[in-house]
Amino acid sequence: MMERSSNNNNNNVVELSRVAVSDTHGEDSPYFAGWKAYDENPYDESHNPSGVIQMGLAENQVSFDLLETYLEKKNPEGSMWGSKGAPGFRENALFQDYHGLKTFRQAMASFMEQIRGGKARFDPDRIVLTAGATAANELLTFILADPNDALLVPTPYYPGFDRDLRWRTGVKIVPIHCDSSNHFQITPEALESAYQTARDANIRVRGVLITNPSNPLGATVQKKVLEYLLDFCVRKNIHLVSDEIYSGSVFHASEFTSVAEIVENIDDVSVKERVHIVYSLSKDLGLPGFRVGTIYSYNDNVVRTARRMSSFTLVSSQTQHMLASMLSDEEFTDKYIRINRERLRRRYEIIVEGLKKAGIECLKGNAGLFCWMNLGFLLEKKTKDGELQLWDVILKELKLNISPGTSCHCSEVGWFRVCFANMSENTLEIALKRIHEFMDRRRRF
Amino acid sequence: MTRTEPNRSRSSNSDSDKNSGNGGGGRTTAMRVIVPLQGVVQGRGGLFLGSVIPCAFFYFLQFYLKRNRKNDESDNSGEQNSSASSSSSPNSGLPDPTRSQSAGHLTELTGLPRSLSRILLSPRNSGGAVSVSGRVNCVLKGGDSSPYYVGQKRVEEDPYDELGNPDGVIQLGLAQNNKLSLDDWVLENPKEAISDGLSISGIASYEPSDGLLELKMAVAGFMSEATKNSVSFDPSQLVLTSGASSAIEILSFCLADSGNAFLVPTPCSPGYDRDVKWRTGVDIIHVPCRSADNFNMSMVVLDRAFYQAKKRGVRIRGIIISNPSNPMGSLLSRENLYALLDFARERNIHIISNEIFAGSVHGEEGEFVSMAEIVDTEENIDRERVHIVYDLSKDLSFPGLRSAAIYSFNESVLSASRKLTTLSPVSSPTQHLLISAISNPKNVQRLVKTNRQRLQSIYTELVKGLKELGIECTRSNGGFYCWADMRGLISSYSEKGEIELWNKLLNIGKINVIPGSCCHCIEPGWFRICFSNLSERDVPVVMNRIRKVCETCKSQN
Repeated sequence: MMERSSNNNNNNVVELSRVAVSDTHGEDSPYFAGWKAYDENPYDESHNPSGVIQMGLAENQVSFDLLETYLEKKNPEGSMWGSKGAPGFRENALFQDYHGLKTFRQAMASFMEQIRGGKARFDPDRIVLTAGATAANELLTFILADPNDALLVPTPYYPGFDRDLRWRTGVKIVPIHCDSSNHFQITPEALESAYQTARDANIRVRGVLITNPSNPLGATVQKKVLEYLLDFCVRKNIHLVSDEIYSGSVFHASEFTSVAEIVENIDDVSVKERVHIVYSLSKDLGLPGFRVGTIYSYNDNVVRTARRMSSFTLVSSQTQHMLASMLSDEEFTDKYIRINRERLRRRYEIIVEGLKKAGIECLKGNAGLFCWMNLGFLLEKKTKDGELQLWDVILKELKLNISPGTSCHCSEVGWFRVCFANMSENTLEIALKRIHEFMDRRRRF
Repeated sequence: MTRTEPNRSRSSNSDSDKNSGNGGGGRTTAMRVIVPLQGVVQGRGGLFLGSVIPCAFFYFLQFYLKRNRKNDESDNSGEQNSSASSSSSPNSGLPDPTRSQSAGHLTELTGLPRSLSRILLSPRNSGGAVSVSGRVNCVLKGGDSSPYYVGQKRVEEDPYDELGNPDGVIQLGLAQNNKLSLDDWVLENPKEAISDGLSISGIASYEPSDGLLELKMAVAGFMSEATKNSVSFDPSQLVLTSGASSAIEILSFCLADSGNAFLVPTPCSPGYDRDVKWRTGVDIIHVPCRSADNFNMSMVVLDRAFYQAKKRGVRIRGIIISNPSNPMGSLLSRENLYALLDFARERNIHIISNEIFAGSVHGEEGEFVSMAEIVDTEENIDRERVHIVYDLSKDLSFPGLRSAAIYSFNESVLSASRKLTTLSPVSSPTQHLLISAISNPKNVQRLVKTNRQRLQSIYTELVKGLKELGIECTRSNGGFYCWADMRGLISSYSEKGEIELWNKLLNIGKINVIPGSCCHCIEPGWFRICFSNLSERDVPVVMNRIRKVCETCKSQN
């Protein structure tokens, strides 16, 4: 047995991996910095009325009451352990099958069908559960691409993708540039150009990843664009991932076309097999803390692999049990979806009207928990720095945390994402008031 | 069941992975050279025979090889599809991964006759199946046939039930602990058992990704209790995540780059092949321990493994130990642990100490010493190389709730882990449930004590029974496993002999145990038997089943 060496005669600090020390997670961007400012000085109606109002977090709090009523009063099955009592708990606590509770998968499939007005069917056995859409997106990337390959993603996009799609996977994001000339819709030219850019750099493109409805635009992707995208993916023999996390938050159901609807009428397996959908309960149901996400794939290999890979990120069996009966109660979910859409639409109108009165225009949106606001006219320098300076002013002077377009990789400066669903109507009014006052002050000078 | 993907054979997954990737590339390169040549030489009689015949032979060889591979995989896919969903696409067999990669390349080449690519594409595909990553191939090739997976499946299809299915397969392969009775707690606290009595709005929002402080405090308390309070764990050094697999994977991502390796003494947990290697590209170098040493780690052997790796150009970033060990259930001595720390310090590497069974120490011999206790008095520079993995699901029998933890003294590792765990966080209603269940120190003490007592009683029964059958086990003082010596029953001292016995145990004995090869044990004939999900009444049933198999073996041998 070796003797214990007395002192450390080797002054080496042990090293970490490249993944650990890289900043590919993108969490140093203003998107996350604003959250910090909010955490340090959070607005509270009574206790801290001059605090920072959080408008940088896309959380849906407008329909909690509906959930509360259901879960606490009308759902004995989910809120207790049913007639089984303690043994029911034990059975659930022991369940760690990566297939997930069948009842829960069926409930998710049914919920997803309802959101799409029955225009697409979902097979519960194609649903793979993950602890959040964040995990779902990363998992899909691990499965569809190898390190140094790329996914094409239209800009502006959700800042979290830098982490979710790139960090551990080693996969690159090649942007499909969109701009306000056509309301930031994806054009065939932009798509081809992005693909070519990757090819020129000798990077293998494995797929296109879109968010529909879009974050941060707050708008649905047009049906013809979806059809074109699918066609493009077939021609290039690549995958199409559609992150439909905001599908239940479209203000008018008729305005949303899911890629599932398009695939529904296609028999050709080689076409269907490249389509994958990501969904989560975090936005539509306002349950981000529950960590419930899902991958829905038309590709058997992907389903099989995703299921096994989901071992790293399973959804708690307790959570599955809690939500299964609620989500399969079609009467409840029908009502919930309808009322939620209504309330979000109303919020959207309030904020857009309020901004308009202050002389600020927004992109015409029809979905989501935020609006895409244009402050380009306020920029002294029409550069990224100019935008960040303005963002800083809004954070420090107006005490509003909004998200600058640069953190969403928007190629046009001056756009900001403003969330409106994570606060009371009162707070929203206060935020609008601060903006009005700010605009008044600027007009005077 | 959370499946792990150990390979049946002892070769690593990464080898087969590399082969499939390179093979595909090599073949297409060859194609690119040969096709134009064929056109050139066809015009010249003299060179005709010399060139075309080898080319033709080469093509037919390709065709033959691809056809054979397709047959292998359609067998596997047949098995898979029967257990998998009622798929909407009936002809969804496994497309040959290399074929699809080739197909992708072929369509990009100009001047290549379309008819050629038709031979290589699956007839039903119009443009070729879209290809997936190398990681998929690795899963699809390796996983399905391993005893670990096959055994699980059998249990699922035909599970033993005392009354309902007394001839069913008894699960002795999966570490589930139903010894611990939280039934009392659940009966007394029905609301907490679901949502801590909080309203939805109290638990629904985004929360710190690495876990609520309250829960971290409770977990730290639980971990301390497991060490009989010889260590006081600091909650701020905890990162919570959804399972031990995730914890180990996160640490693998943080401590090693793709292509590096960890040293792992064997036999070890079958799960490491997936958790450490799969998505990270990090490799494992097994350091075999022998029955002659009671499967204790030898520093000499460890040293040799380190330098051999270095000579081959493989950079070792750390060593992964488990304590109590899986599968032996032994407790590492203080001496061992200090020696390990020295070893790590001298080579400037990390130590991952997998202490997921810390709260399940049931034996009276020896004491459980956490790595945290060892580094308590060390300088920072050494503390920073130690990382502990803990898992509530083992000690509390909560595997479905997905709650494990990384405990580290290294702030950079903690910082990276906090961000990485956003990809595998603990669900908030579960966090609140756990807070209720384990915040009360008295409750924790009771849980740990009860767990220990029950494990000890079953362990004793099982080992006694096995001894009567002539099967000895190594002394296990912690965890859920017996590490049983069945060398006397195998027909040949080889992996083949071991797998034959495993088959008999599964098909004749109807018990699912894990053969030592899944644990990368270098000596054939050892088996891992999990006893934590057995009741006292089950033990005689298990014994009878094993006796039946023993008799079959003796009559055959």
